[in-house]
This record gives sequence, C-alpha cells and structure tokens, in this order.
Amino acid sequence: MLEFLAPLDRKLLRDLWAIKGQALAIAVVIGCGVGMYLMSKGMLASLADTRAAYYERYRFADIWAPVKRAPDALLEQITELPGVRRAETRIRAGVILDVEGAAAPITGEIQSLPAIRGPHINDFVLRQGRYPDPLREDEVLALEAFAEAHQLEPGNHLYAILNGTKKKLTITGLVLSPEYVYAISPGEIVPDKKRFGVLWMNLDALANAFDLDGAFNEAVLLASPGENTDALLEQLDLLLKRYGATSAYGRDQQISDQFLTNEIQQLETMGRLLPPIFLLVAAFLLNVVIGRLVDTEREQIGLLKAFGYSNGAVAQHYLKMIGVITLLGVVIGIVLGLWLGHGLARMYMDYFKFPFLLFRAPPEVYLVGIGFSLVVAAVGTFGAVLRVLRLDPAVAMVPPPPPDYSRSARWLERMTRLIDQPSRMILRHLYRWPRRAAMTTIGIAMSMGLLIGSSFSLDAMMYMVDVSFNVIDRQDVTVNFVEPRNVRAIQDVLHAPGAMHAEPFRAIPVVLRNGTNSRREAIIGLQPNAELSRVVDTELRPVPLPGYGIVLSDKLAELLDIREGELLRLEVRTGRRPELDVEVSGIVKTYMGTAAYMDLEVMNRMLKDDIAISGTYLLVDPDRTDEFYQALKNTPVVAGVSLQEQAQDAFYDTLQESLGTFVFFNTLFAGLIALGVVYNSARISLSERGRELASLRVLGLTRGEVSYILLGELALLTLLALPLGALLGYLLAWTLVQSFNTELFRIPLIISPSTYGYAALVVLLSAAASGLLVHRRIQQLDLIAVLKTRE
Amino acid sequence: MNNENQPTTSQAAIRAEGLTKTYGSGESTVYALRGVDLAVPHGEMVVLLGPSGSGKSTLLNILGGLDSPTEGRVFFDKDELTAFDDRHLTQFRREYVGFVFQFYNLIPSLTARENVALVTEIAHNPMTPEHALELVGLGKRMDHFPAQLSGGEQQRVAIARAIAKQPRVLLCDEPTGALDSKTGIVVLEAIARVNRELGTTTMVITHNAAIANMADRILSMADGQIQNIEQNAHPCAPAELTW
Repeated sequence: MLEFLAPLDRKLLRDLWAIKGQALAIAVVIGCGVGMYLMSKGMLASLADTRAAYYERYRFADIWAPVKRAPDALLEQITELPGVRRAETRIRAGVILDVEGAAAPITGEIQSLPAIRGPHINDFVLRQGRYPDPLREDEVLALEAFAEAHQLEPGNHLYAILNGTKKKLTITGLVLSPEYVYAISPGEIVPDKKRFGVLWMNLDALANAFDLDGAFNEAVLLASPGENTDALLEQLDLLLKRYGATSAYGRDQQISDQFLTNEIQQLETMGRLLPPIFLLVAAFLLNVVIGRLVDTEREQIGLLKAFGYSNGAVAQHYLKMIGVITLLGVVIGIVLGLWLGHGLARMYMDYFKFPFLLFRAPPEVYLVGIGFSLVVAAVGTFGAVLRVLRLDPAVAMVPPPPPDYSRSARWLERMTRLIDQPSRMILRHLYRWPRRAAMTTIGIAMSMGLLIGSSFSLDAMMYMVDVSFNVIDRQDVTVNFVEPRNVRAIQDVLHAPGAMHAEPFRAIPVVLRNGTNSRREAIIGLQPNAELSRVVDTELRPVPLPGYGIVLSDKLAELLDIREGELLRLEVRTGRRPELDVEVSGIVKTYMGTAAYMDLEVMNRMLKDDIAISGTYLLVDPDRTDEFYQALKNTPVVAGVSLQEQAQDAFYDTLQESLGTFVFFNTLFAGLIALGVVYNSARISLSERGRELASLRVLGLTRGEVSYILLGELALLTLLALPLGALLGYLLAWTLVQSFNTELFRIPLIISPSTYGYAALVVLLSAAASGLLVHRRIQQLDLIAVLKTRE
Repeated sequence: MNNENQPTTSQAAIRAEGLTKTYGSGESTVYALRGVDLAVPHGEMVVLLGPSGSGKSTLLNILGGLDSPTEGRVFFDKDELTAFDDRHLTQFRREYVGFVFQFYNLIPSLTARENVALVTEIAHNPMTPEHALELVGLGKRMDHFPAQLSGGEQQRVAIARAIAKQPRVLLCDEPTGALDSKTGIVVLEAIARVNRELGTTTMVITHNAAIANMADRILSMADGQIQNIEQNAHPCAPAELTW
C-alpha cells in the first residue's frame, strides 16, 4: 500500500503509527489551542461585523438626547447643529407591564412610532405580524424576546400602565431592535427576557397618554461620519438645557451597546490569553516527545547517515513527522473551533438579539492560527532536530553508554538510605533528568492553572452576585416612582399588602466633571443608616455616608481621575439644575457599574427641594408577594419595579448557561492537556525503560511493583505539580482579573477552595487515566523479547 | 535419544515432559521446541549447547517461568509450573529462580549493592547483598553504579543479584556472550563457585562448546530437540578453559 512512497516516508508513516497515541495527544493539545483561538477570534470578528452591519442597516443612533419635554419644532434646530447627519424626535417612557400569567409586574419601556412605517433612526426588524394601524390607539409592536418569553403572539393582549392609566393593548407585530440587542432594564446586570419588555406605539396615541402633544422627550441623532461627537454632545446639552435635558450621551453609554462592547472585550481577552497557553503546552509536549524519540532512534539516524542520507534529508524526515502531527492538530483545531464557534454563536443569539449572527472567522484568523502552530511546533522541536543534525554517524551507531547515576546529590543519598530500591530508582531517575522532570511537572501544572484560571470566574461571579444581592442590596423590591415625590409617598407603598419595611432613595441625573474628564451618571441618595440598599467596602463592612460630599465607586473615581478630598463639579440635570462643587468624601471599591452616592438629606439640601424621593426599597412578606404585586400593578405612581429574587435567578441562569458552558469546555481542554502530558511522559518513559522494567519482572517483581517504579515517578511529579498548578492558576486568574476591568464589571479575584480542589481532582483523574493506560502496557511487556535485545 | 544418563525423576530439581512450543499457526507454524523431555538433578551444573535457533533459550525461558509451552508439562520439585497462573509464576521467579542474561540488565540508577538489594528486599531467605557481591569477587566495588563498571563486572553483579536470594536454580543465558574470553572466564568462575559452594542447580546456555567442559552434564540441542546428553565425570575449572 505504501510502495509509492520513498522508504523514509514509509518509515515516517509507520513511526507515526507506532506513536499514534502520543501523536494524537499532542495534536489534540495543538487542536485545543487552535480551536480556542479560532473560536474566540472568529466570534470576536463575527460579533463585531454583525454589530456593525446591524447598526449600519438599521441606522443605530450615534447620540441620544433625553429631555423632559421639548416642542417638535426644535427638531429643525437640532438638525442644523454642525456634525448632525440626521435627527429624529420621539417619545420614550418607562411603563409597568402586566401580562396574563405573570404574577409580578414587569418593567418596560414604550416608544413612539412615526405615522409612516418605522423610524428612520433606530429602525427595527419586523419579525412577525404587521405595523399598528395608524388610526388605532391600542395597537403596539413588542420586542420579540419578551413576547416569546411570555408566549405572546400578534393578536394577543397585554396591559400597560401609561402615565398612571392602565390600558389594554393588542400586539400586532414582533420586532428586533438594535437598541435592545442586549435587552436589559436600567439598573439590572443581566438581561431577563421575561422581566423586561419594550413596546412601540403610534406617536399620537403615546403623545396623548403622556400629555406630549406636539412635543417629544428624546432626540436621537446620526452624526456625520468622522465627526467628534463630544462637541456635538455639548451643543445639544446647551440647546436642550431649558427643556429639562439630563445630558445627551453617545453609544458608549447606551446600555445595550455597552454590554455588547463588554462581551467583545471579554472575548478579546480570552482570545489573547488562553490559546497561547495551549500552544505553549503543545510546544512543550512536542519538545519532549520528539526529543526523546530522536534519542531512542539515534542508531537508526546514524545508520541512515552512514548509508549516505544527507543531514538535511534526515532532519527533514523528523521535520515531516512534526509537520504531520502539527497539521493534524490544526485540522482538529479548525473542526473544533468551527464547532465551538457555531455553538457559541447560537448561545449568543439567545441573549444577544441580532437578526442574524453567523459564525465566520476571517481568513487571516485561520492563517494566524496555522502559522502560530507551526512556529510553536518548530520552536518546540528545534533542539531535537539540531541534535539529529549534529549526530556523528559513527557515534550514533554505537549504543549510548548506560546513563551514569553516580553523580547523585549527597542529600538525596542520605535520604534514600531509608527507602527501598524501587523508590530509590524513582528519586535517582528524577535527579538524573531534572529538566525532564521539571518539564513534566510544569506541563501538568499548566493544565491545572488553565483549569483554575478559566473556572474561577464562576466563583468570582457567584461572589459578586452574593455581595450584590445579600450584602449591598438586601431589599426584596425596588419601586421607582413616575416623578420624584414627597417622602410621604413611602407610606402609600407601605400600605400595600405584604409590604413590611421601606427605605427611600433618590436618584438624580448629573454630569460629573473634574477638569477635562466628565461623566454622565446618576447619583443615588440614601439614608445614612440605610439597612436595605447600602454602601459597603471590600471587606463588606457598611460604609456610613458622611454628612457631606459625595462617595464614588473606585472605577468612577478612576475615570474622573479624582481622589478623596478633592472637589468634584456637579451639574445637576433635574429640578433647578444647580451646578456646584462637592467634596469627594469617600471612595469605595465596587464590582459593578460606576456608582456615586450621597446622603439623601445632603442631596435634598443641595437641590433645595422639599424632601423628595424617586423611589423606595422594600421588604415584602414572602407569603404575600402575589398580593403585593397585584397592588403594585394597580398603583399609578409606580414607573418601574425591580425584584431582587428574580434578578438573582436571572443572573444565576445566565451564569449557568454562558459561563457554565465556557467552564465546561475549558475543563475538557485542561483535562486533555493533563492527559496529554502525563500520558506522553509515561509512554516515553516506558519505551525508554521497557528493558529495565522487564528485567525487574524477570527478577520476580510483580506487575504492581514494576508499575510503581514508572507510575510512582509520575505520581510524584503530579503531586509536585499541584501546588505549582495552584500558583499558576492564581496568576492566570490575576491576569484575567486585570484585563476584565471594564466600566460595567470588575471581577474580584476570588478563587474558592473548591475550585482548587476541582482542578486538582481533574488533574489527578487525568493522571490516573493515563497511568491506567500505561499500566496496561506494562502488563503486556514482552519479557523475553525485551531481554534479548541489546540496549 | 540417549536416555541412559537421565537421572531418575525423584532426584530431579527440574523436570520437563514433552515440551512443545510453536509460534504462528497453520502452514506458517514454527516449532521452537519439539517434544523435549528433561530432568536436571539437584545441585548439578548443566550446560545447554546448540546453535542459534535450536530452541535452547526457549527451553530456558520456559523452565524459568518466563514463558509457557504450547504443550507439555514442567515440574519444579513437586510443583507443576505449567499449571501456574501469571501471579504464581511471578512468585516462583521471585523465590526460586536466579536469571543471568547476556546483556546483564542491571538497573542503571542503582549501585551494585542496590541492584542486589532490589532482589533481597523481596526474597524470603536471602543472603546479604554484601555477601553475594563478595562471592563474585566484587566486595570492593559495591557502591559503584553500572556506568562505572566494566562489562565483566556488570555481569558479575548480575550473577550476585541472581544468587542473593539463594535460589534453587540459576539460569544463565549466554552469560559470556558479550565478553572477551578473559573476562568471560572470571564470570564463569563466579558461576562455578556459586554452584559449588551453595549447591545451586545451574543451567548455562551457550553456543561456545569450550564452556561445556566445566559442566556435570552437557545437553546438545538442535531443531528444537535434545540431540544428545553427555555426562562429564571430570568437569574442569573455568580457569582451564580456553576459546
């Protein structure tokens, strides 16, 4: 079958077949690296391309400019601002939705729909049904994900509290919108399709409902290409100031796009950090396997050279072998990468609502992946091939002298005096080849590090959830009022059945300025001794709000480049819109968002208001939640409700789905690496020491005793690798934590003992599995054949 | 076959009946042994002569419990070796058999003393490693590693390792095959001494006819059969051998 091949190539194929297990193990590790790279880079490109195409095609706005109420005629002036390509006005408001079958009230948004078809800016994809009849006041379009989560179809009804009036609405169509790719309600951290809905309603009907006839409350703009939006934002704020503008913002503060950007950043980090680690391990494996293969084949190499094969031809032979293994790895990687990529794309489609998301890696990703693997393989085997070139045929054909163990360390000798001969063999062998032992240990440690580094994020997220929901925000329900109200409004809410305890808060839109740095934020005013929603430090101790100044989250302080004790310019964008300098009275470390806090009284004094609040945090009797929800649905002053328990559930679900899948694959990969490293080391040791081990069998040592010598060594190295792996894992986690630092999230460096334990367990199981495979080989050692052959 | 010189079975340390060993099947069947009968008395020094391929190594491996025959039975004293499973065979080798091979098969990571200790640690009634090494004349090189020893010295360590457990039988497969004649004689002297002083039943395989002169009994093999058995009334000392 192989006749058409040159003899050396036949040897190549047969040699490869002989080491097929090891070759496959290496190829799989290369494959994991390439696959991971392809998946993350491809997904990155696909997400970025899809986002760009979607935004382009449906004219996703560059700027949002919310106001309280502005006349339609202002549109002309907005359009004339320099740098504006096109502008539109609309009505957008918060609503409470009530869907049959859903006990709890649902927070939502409603937007106006121009009389003719859809809007030009922030257009949407009509997926099902039709546009509302321009003459009907009760017809709406609904966000597809929300409708699907509640099994709502065109023709179905739902209720909405529009500006205090409950209204029955009919869904005529389902849409996707570039504004809600990541459909999340303000203040939440994970999307929950069931708990956040968006509706589009005829402009006139909505204007009627919100008393905005001839007026709008948000302008959306497309900027001219290449325009500096900062200047435009300033001008918009200036123009819209007298209409109650809270400050215009760009895509960087549009919540859906913010989350999308965050995800893309994470993918980028993953693609930058993890594949190189896999390929590094692969390089190490190649180095070990090929290096030791060359050692065992030195006689053959000498013979080939003696026959007149040139150095180049012999080296080429081994390079081909490496090439075949690498290419096999690349093929595995591409298949794996495409498969994972498509899976990931499907997963993304589930919570990033794109009309289309095709996983497609650009050609350069393949090229880089292949090129990188080849380079890694070349680097990994450089030394071995160099040794082939250097081998003198005369020397090579003489068997190497028995390895000299006489230069053993004195401390080792003193130690070994106490132990039996097989254990002594293990220790001397390790001491004789420390580099080899170190490489094996490092290889195993790397796989463990990879496991910890990729699964710690679950710990960190769990910790964040726990801290957010059980330490910081301990309320059951957050109620937002339509308008800031007098503190007495709390009493109304407390009258609702089941409401047990309430604490007020006020959120005010502001622009924070420090020198040239400015941020559009909401400051939360809390009672200084709040029990429900609190400000806590990293030790989770509640931080009392000082009776002056403003407390910033560390991320916000970093973005504003401001330190404690310094003065911060506050431009309030509500009420009398005062502008004042406030001292930064504290900086607290937070893991989510960019929060700013003030003492509620200090805030109200500053705003020169009656004591006013925007909402309240509540504890609700768990046995009476349904009654409470029912009452809430019929409370006209409520604009939004946030339910802690359901938010927490949504978070856990998302974690399970996304991160869980991610961690599962990483576990698989890391397990494969551990298996690859241990199996390869054991197999090579076996082929190198088969003769020695067979001799021991002949001398009457049992299979178990012989296995002990080989596997005991590996067990020792594996055990040594565990603490090192824990350390590598910690370092990798640390690196990941540093690079996952975004405005939305800072991941705490939390690695639970169970993660270490789990990683150690996976490594031990992989090691045990490869030990078992090798043990079976030891069982089959051909005693007679081995003894008859010369070294 | 000349059966006159066969000892009676009751005296035999090792007894084989109708040993046949084949490899392959059908037309490609290769016979390594074709019905070998054999009895080796206690304490005898037996040399097994024959060209390569005659089946002598196969026979030795079967007698030592390394291999099993296709047909026939092997007895070691009263125990039937051929009825043993792998675990029992290992046990048998561990307690009763000493092996010496052409290529020494020492463990490079253990010193001479430790190579011997490897066996004495697991044996029932061993001599000390030091004593075993004294017996083969290596009392002064006990703490050397194989890499620091000459071929003859390595082979003598292998002999010390084989006899340290005080085996009932010592099986040597071409023990001088890789050595020059002078070194080979030193090694044979060690084997002869063990046979003489400890009374260990000894079988030496060789294709070197000169070595046969030191044996009590000489078996000649060809084509998987014992062709001739010769009793040597006056075995000579290894020092007198030349080749």
